[in-house]
Amino acid sequence: MINLRTRIAMAGILAVSALTTACSSLPTSASAAVKSEKDRNLAPDFTLKDSNGVSAKLSDYKGKVVLLDFWATWCGPCKVEIPWFIEFEQTYKDQGFAVLGVSMDEEGWAAVKPYIQERKLNYRVMLGNDQVGQLYGGLDSLPTTLLIDRAGKIAKVHIGLETGKDGFQNEIKNLLDAPRRSVGSSLGSMPAWLAGTR
Amino acid sequence: MWVLLSVLCPLGLQGQGSGALTVGQIDQSSAKRGSTFTQKIPLHLKAGFHVNSNTPADDYLIPLRLTWAMGKVTSEGVVFPKPQLENYAFSAKPVSVFSGTFTVEAKFRVAVDAPVGAATVLGKLRYQACNNKECLPPKTIDVQVPLDIQ
Repeated sequence: MINLRTRIAMAGILAVSALTTACSSLPTSASAAVKSEKDRNLAPDFTLKDSNGVSAKLSDYKGKVVLLDFWATWCGPCKVEIPWFIEFEQTYKDQGFAVLGVSMDEEGWAAVKPYIQERKLNYRVMLGNDQVGQLYGGLDSLPTTLLIDRAGKIAKVHIGLETGKDGFQNEIKNLLDAPRRSVGSSLGSMPAWLAGTR
Repeated sequence: MWVLLSVLCPLGLQGQGSGALTVGQIDQSSAKRGSTFTQKIPLHLKAGFHVNSNTPADDYLIPLRLTWAMGKVTSEGVVFPKPQLENYAFSAKPVSVFSGTFTVEAKFRVAVDAPVGAATVLGKLRYQACNNKECLPPKTIDVQVPLDIQ
């Protein structure tokens, strides 16, 4: 016969064990890894105007590793990542890498351009819209950052500040170091990144 | 559950909004024509989230705003509680926010020629919520203040 005190102690041990197991399965920056090539889906293509008024098409970046950052000037956590992305652009741009920022500010360039100048963004920034947001699953949370391989496929999605600078850097290096393969003929048009890419 | 809510909350008094911020039950006020009255608006934020206060320190942040439709009942001002100053990784200086449950007070004036009887004052609450890792897009929700004009 097990007494009450023993039962409570056993229940406590089980609860701690379950919590430990659950927590150990959470992704950490150290274990962050891109998806295997066979599991990647094409990034939906879009065309948007950049801060210079020039049309920018995602599929024009085919052959490069792209960090696609959906952000907004009012998004505090986005501010944490932006200095990292400035550094990545500077460090890796000559290795076939590009950062693309898509601002989801409703106020448009009036809000975004001063921010770009103030924070000295050195990468291409476009103004997003609902249509592009829907292509990428609605963008319910910002920042939402995707790493896209040279074939235009989504290798990783980060929603919120879920990984640190080192995690991003490891993933970028991983994609840049991957052997070049023939790139696909076109980018996707469906929110394929939702299919378990995260 | 819905039956219970329907019984407990007469029409128009249920919580309003379905996002990170919801409006709690607003009790019906009574006011005479030509008088002013103050209505408490209880607001509830989802655990872990905050909204910028009505006076965020950073120009880029979207403030909490409560505005009212014009009519026979007009706004005489909104009083927000004292905001919390919280430290977040994304800001070098403390951020002025509201979190948890808090109450905003709205003051109204009833026109002398307002029709006597039941009325509803319609408002819009605009907010932008974040937690310490991510932000939700700005949202505007309806606020309805039930009123008995005497």
